[in-house]
Amino acid sequence: MTEIFVLTEHRQGQIRDITFEMLSKGRELAGKTNTELTAVLLGKEVKNHAKTLQDYAKRVLLVEDTQLENFNSDAYQKVLSSLIKEHKPLLTLMGHTSFGVELAPSLAVSLDTPLATDCIDLEFEGETLTVIRQMYGGKVNVKAVLRKAESYIVTVRQATFPVEKEAPMNGEIVEVPSPLSEEIAKKRFVKYVLPPPGGVDITAAEVLIGIGRGIKDGSNIPPVEELAKTLGGALACSRPIVDKGWLPNGCQVGSSGKTVKPKFYLALGISGAFQHVLGMKSSDVIIAVNKDPKAPIFGVADYAVVEDLFKIVPPLKSKIEELKR
Amino acid sequence: MDIIVCVKYVPETAEAEIKIDSTGKAIEKTGLVFDINEWDDYALEEAVLLKEKLGGTVTAITIGSEDSDAVLRKCLARGADDAIRLTDPQFEGSDGYAIAKILSKVIKNLPFSLILTGAQASDDGYATVGPILATLLGIPHATMVKKIELDDGVAKVNRELEGGLEEIAEITLPAVLAVQTGINEPRYVSIMGTRKAMKKEIKILGLADVGLSENEVGETGSWIKTEKMYVPPVEKQAEFLNGSPEEIAAKIAEILKTKGLI
Ligand SMILES: Cc1cc2nc3c(=O)[nH]c(=O)nc-3n(C[C@H](O)[C@H](O)[C@H](O)COP(=O)(O)OP(=O)(O)OC[C@H]3O[C@@H](n4cnc5c(N)ncnc54)[C@H](O)[C@@H]3O)c2cc1C
Ligand SMILES: Nc1ncnc2c1ncn2[C@@H]1O[C@H](COP(=O)(O)O)[C@@H](O)[C@H]1O
Repeated sequence: MTEIFVLTEHRQGQIRDITFEMLSKGRELAGKTNTELTAVLLGKEVKNHAKTLQDYAKRVLLVEDTQLENFNSDAYQKVLSSLIKEHKPLLTLMGHTSFGVELAPSLAVSLDTPLATDCIDLEFEGETLTVIRQMYGGKVNVKAVLRKAESYIVTVRQATFPVEKEAPMNGEIVEVPSPLSEEIAKKRFVKYVLPPPGGVDITAAEVLIGIGRGIKDGSNIPPVEELAKTLGGALACSRPIVDKGWLPNGCQVGSSGKTVKPKFYLALGISGAFQHVLGMKSSDVIIAVNKDPKAPIFGVADYAVVEDLFKIVPPLKSKIEELKR
Repeated sequence: MDIIVCVKYVPETAEAEIKIDSTGKAIEKTGLVFDINEWDDYALEEAVLLKEKLGGTVTAITIGSEDSDAVLRKCLARGADDAIRLTDPQFEGSDGYAIAKILSKVIKNLPFSLILTGAQASDDGYATVGPILATLLGIPHATMVKKIELDDGVAKVNRELEGGLEEIAEITLPAVLAVQTGINEPRYVSIMGTRKAMKKEIKILGLADVGLSENEVGETGSWIKTEKMYVPPVEKQAEFLNGSPEEIAAKIAEILKTKGLI
């Protein structure tokens, strides 16, 4: 009986949510393919994590080594290769995250195993693996098949698979001696750098106005800032706005920025790339204003406005001032 | 310091209307505006900045049809010294793996200490070409790179992790670094630069020159194959607020009021 591997993502003492999302999906796939679900945990002194994972998998493969203290894709690749060669899992799942993006491609090449990245769904039909992924910033879906093989690697998108509440599996912890014999020399972790503190804390705001590339120029921001002030809220933004230096880092919403859950999120000229949506989809009420009726942001919005944002901002501000009087 | 930058010519789709073509496996390309992949724009700028600081050369390389000469001309105008385009009808249908194979065959014969790619291509979004290329060349890589400092055969890079956290890592050169947006401020092309770039030669290589066989590229040489393309189903139906801008503004204000936010 073969297995489905799920790579545990953990950083600075915390297992990341994506791990449990993958374990949920992995459990479903294991049931359908008559395979066993194995959580793979690599680290240094991480037995506490192994205990947590016992509830979610049939087996926890634990490899401990000082070289696995901080994620290093070269070290991970060596250890995973050896585990995959020995166990021959049907599938290895990892997150399409700063872990999986760095690790999965080189692992796949070194094992000559087909890889599909950033998948939002996957299914076996017999031995054939079919995946769903997105292209063109989420405007189209693609159904794709992987080249037939005995083992596959797939990276999955975060916050895509729900974590189902299920009976604990009471998995067995299997400690495997580290196969790392030499020092990983070509790539070395130095240290973590925290984002600079200060600025407005957008995670604390009840009302957020998020601006995207649709704002066209930094000089168009002040009127929107005025609108945010009128509402007693704060300005947030998508990544290109920070990249261009129009707003500080702390204002960015998304996978590489902040996760926000305000009572009200008004998205102005944001297309709705998944990296942005990840950071704001749990907001209470989402209103999106976009010129493009097919913009993916409308897929997470409660209310959709297909209009030029510059035509909406001024009357909205006057309307709110009127209601406040 | 000789640097190679991998660039892709991609359609701008954020604001465009997208139609799936008659094969059901690709989008209709006519009418779309193409330009350099956003991430590659930053990679190119970084390469030119490093060259300006340390000397050496920048070679831009792309796999694509004749129109992608435009992206190479842009690279030349912005400071690249040489440009190579790899093209062959057999390359059609290549995934990230096949693309990286093709690139690796050509790059391995070029002098380089550093290869820069984008973190991802905005069209397919694989985010695999850089790391696969590195592995095929037997050299290390780092992805989502937001800062590069070169010192004595080592690249000290900041890698973006999650939620604003970064790590600093040291990578021994030669290496592949996949660049994240925001690492620099891409410059505008000067008219002088554009004129000069028009006169430069673009080297063109096909399947045979690359030294790969037919079944190592395209769909047969790939890990994944598109079966069909479709418009994503609507998961949550948003309520459309219609009317004049004033009427829409009034409706939004009303929603805010019922939520107790005004
Ligand atoms: C590893 C990684 C991490 C990332 N992390 C993040 C992140 O944390 N946060 C983030 O936001 N992105 C992130 N990104 C980038 C992300 O992929 C997208 O590129 C980005 O979110 C796009 O921003 P946008 O929607 O503002 O721009 P675009 O995608 O260019 O969209 C602009 C939108 O504005 C609309 N528009 C234009 N003019 C108007 C107008 N006058 N009125 C109304 N609408 C208009 C257009 O129709 C379009 O939909 C990340 C990418 C990578 C690879
Ligand atoms: N056809 C191509 N030609 C040259 N470089 C490419 C091509 N496709 C992808 N790349 C490079 O690989 C990076 C990542 O692309 P991808 O893995 O397709 O998301 C891009 O940013 C480019 O630097």
